[in-house]
Amino acid sequence: MAVDPSIVGRSFPRTRPYPVTEERLRTFAAATGASWEGGPAPATFPIVLAFEAMNAFLEAEQVELRRVVHGEQRFAYERPVVPGDVLTATLSVASLRQIGGNDVIGTRSEVHDERGALVCTASATLVHRGEQ
Amino acid sequence: MTRLEPGAALPAQEYAVTRADLVRYAGASGDFNPIHWSERVATHVGLPGVIAHGMYTMALAARAVSTWTDDATVLELGCKFTQPVVVPDDDIGVVVVVAGTVKSVEDGRATLALEVRSGEQKVLGMPRAVVVVDG
Repeated sequence: MAVDPSIVGRSFPRTRPYPVTEERLRTFAAATGASWEGGPAPATFPIVLAFEAMNAFLEAEQVELRRVVHGEQRFAYERPVVPGDVLTATLSVASLRQIGGNDVIGTRSEVHDERGALVCTASATLVHRGEQ
Repeated sequence: MTRLEPGAALPAQEYAVTRADLVRYAGASGDFNPIHWSERVATHVGLPGVIAHGMYTMALAARAVSTWTDDATVLELGCKFTQPVVVPDDDIGVVVVVAGTVKSVEDGRATLALEVRSGEQKVLGMPRAVVVVDG
């Protein structure tokens, strides 16, 4: 089922507060074969927040996760994520193109800290593959 | 740390990726899309097999940047996921190679152009990082 084009421009509810702990950073780094021994989070860590926002969005729009592949990802960081941060992500739909039976969905997730300051903007293109 | 001078080639970093790594990454990232662990689902939706999370490959690119720059603060990181990294169901997995070049250094920031390959194939489109440099 194609995604409804009227979603462009819509913002979705922000995710629940996510406490960034040393343990979570250690686990995330270890999952990519690296080690985290203090300091800022690995650069791609904010994807954890963005994924939570994306999953909620896909569920709300009844898009089957298994039909989605990641097309593009960009991060622009205002500051590194550090342990002790409590973060939320707010996703908005920036664009939608329908190409050859696939939906190409441009999303923008803004990650904020507990004071409401922008930490990072994660822009993702999601390709929703149509039924062949 | 490699000196970040314009035109400098950054030493290629090699990382092996196995199915077990993908399972671990799914748990750590919250991306449980079955195309990253189920051959049945991956092939059913038209993929060549179980593929690595794009974000896993991007995380390897970020690891290389971290190694080259001695953990410099990253200001921007981005790429397109142009080719899937197919991860075989064996204990060896697949090797991802991250190479890079310093494109420019100005105003306290260095722009790095990366090249990320699996076998002969480039798997990321225009991977790029901007990091803070001292002085």
